[in-house]
Amino acid sequence: MNLLVAQAQQIEAPQIDYGAIAPLLVVLGAACMSVLLEALLPKHQRWAVQLVLTLGTLVGATGALIFYATSERPAQGVATLAGAIAVDSPSLFLWATLLVLAFGSVLLIADRSVEPGGAFVAQAAIRPGTIQDRAQATKTGMQTEVFPLTLFALGGMMTFVASNDLLTMFVALEVLSLPLYLMCGLARRRRLLSQEAAVKYFLLGAFASAFFLYGVALLYGYAGSVKLSAIATAAAGTDRSDTLLFAGFGLLVVGLLFKAAVGPFHSWTPDVYQGAPTPVTAFMAACTKVAAFGGILRVLTVAFENTQWEWRGVLYGVAVVSMVIGAVLGLTQTDVKRMIAYSSVAHAGFLLIGSIALTPEGTAPGVSATLFYLLAYGFTTIAAFGIVSLVRNSDGEATHLSQWAGLAKRSPIVAGVFTFLLLALAGIPLTSGFIGKFVVFSAAIEAGLAPLVVIALVASAVAAFFYLRVIVLMYFSEPAPDGPTVTVPGAFTTIAITLGAVVTLVLGLWPTFVLDWAGTGTFLS
Amino acid sequence: MLDPYLPLVLMFALAGAFALFSVTAAPYIGPRRYNKAKLDAYECGIEPSPQPVVGGGRMPVAYYLTAMLFILFDIEMVFLYPFAVAADKLGLFGLVEIVLFVATLGFAYVYVWRRGGLDWN
Repeated sequence: MNLLVAQAQQIEAPQIDYGAIAPLLVVLGAACMSVLLEALLPKHQRWAVQLVLTLGTLVGATGALIFYATSERPAQGVATLAGAIAVDSPSLFLWATLLVLAFGSVLLIADRSVEPGGAFVAQAAIRPGTIQDRAQATKTGMQTEVFPLTLFALGGMMTFVASNDLLTMFVALEVLSLPLYLMCGLARRRRLLSQEAAVKYFLLGAFASAFFLYGVALLYGYAGSVKLSAIATAAAGTDRSDTLLFAGFGLLVVGLLFKAAVGPFHSWTPDVYQGAPTPVTAFMAACTKVAAFGGILRVLTVAFENTQWEWRGVLYGVAVVSMVIGAVLGLTQTDVKRMIAYSSVAHAGFLLIGSIALTPEGTAPGVSATLFYLLAYGFTTIAAFGIVSLVRNSDGEATHLSQWAGLAKRSPIVAGVFTFLLLALAGIPLTSGFIGKFVVFSAAIEAGLAPLVVIALVASAVAAFFYLRVIVLMYFSEPAPDGPTVTVPGAFTTIAITLGAVVTLVLGLWPTFVLDWAGTGTFLS
Repeated sequence: MLDPYLPLVLMFALAGAFALFSVTAAPYIGPRRYNKAKLDAYECGIEPSPQPVVGGGRMPVAYYLTAMLFILFDIEMVFLYPFAVAADKLGLFGLVEIVLFVATLGFAYVYVWRRGGLDWN
């Protein structure tokens, strides 16, 4: 009888705080609209309409975010959609960061002045080297699917940083990864290299996802729930076997570190950064990094904060390995995109230091520092890749470092801006890179990681050498007679580079505003 | 004690005995007329080796597209069935959700259709 009564009852719908998740809904909804437009519009209208839709979406989502952030909201954040999504201060900061960085990336993606027709191929499915492929190299069409793909990836990233349980996190991870795999293979020039990048990224990414999923399964076995807070609660009790917990943690973290291009899980980074179209590399280097570290921060501080003494040593080692690999292998690179890729591996090490800076009292001074670092690094990287896309010869981008010799004589402005960005990546004062490193290292010292900070400083010094080498090459070498030309960029690339460079400078001079904002709240637990 | 499981055990024993009997008896009492089709792998798609019949050693990529679309709509059905069973209990919210779900897949369908993914050529 009871069973019948229970069956007749309504199934309760989960509470949804539409205001809180509005930015997410705007981005994902627009991504679906974008697919529909791609299907229904004639070819010649697609680029313009898609661009307006994409930029409008980013502005609209940012507006919704500002509206929610400034309205009356619970200080500790809200968990909505049956606790699957947590909208708290770090979520809002990461969402804003992702939206603004995506805006810069979309400007680079949409640019058609640097490369006639844009950096993307018209028909990515045509086999490289065939007659059809050579014919389309000279045509100016482009695969406008890159706009919906960007929006889907962005929607996935925003879900990833706000996901409050591991299953939502896994779905978000796939939503952000799958479009990126495709976007890597869309380069107009050097099709084979681009396809190689896409396949490598896909295979290794699928492997990393499997690790992540296995970790989720083991943690579910341990805690009986995939919710981050439930894992923390289960780990606080001591009556369960720790084997499942730490095996699960290890596998989960491998998946996350892969996406963040940290340390020994970085091997895809140089190949993919080099082969992917430069605007996509900028998007990946800035936004994927933000999303991955947003996820790492949340998982470590919410689910595993009270077991930190067991795992901190492992991630300590990973951070060291990442910094050393990035700094040392960066020295040997001859391709500017690969060099920035190794630089991003080194930066991932610094970011990981911030992520593991938890104190025994249960506070996480590293969270706000890492959030600031992510924002600062993202802008610098987007501008740097914007510059890389300008230096070209007849084969497309001239990414070999020898071709950059004497660039200051050809184009003092481009060389000057690139020098400034490299100094920011190296962490020289008056740039955002310095402030970012400073706050991360301070947080690490507060959390008792002083030896790690010493290693990080040495790694920074080694890495500074290869940034300075490029600067010396640009200013004090004779230009090659058949060297590349510097394209005068159109409005979009100019805006993206200016935005990146100005933010890098402003955050270096007046970081207080953003630092305060990054420190307004902690993760919802 | 094991009463509830006795029919199950009998069932397994019967199935095993029948399989054993069939396999053992078939060579002795059945006719032997071999042809090529009988030696092929059963219900496993096109023979991948040594040479597929079409395309000079390559598989037509159109199979892949069709398979992907099939999986998509298969999954759609997987979600529609439980919805249909619980539709009255889910109320308006459930209806809106399932319409959104079908619409989202519909966008993908429109895209594939307009881009010629459904033409076999």
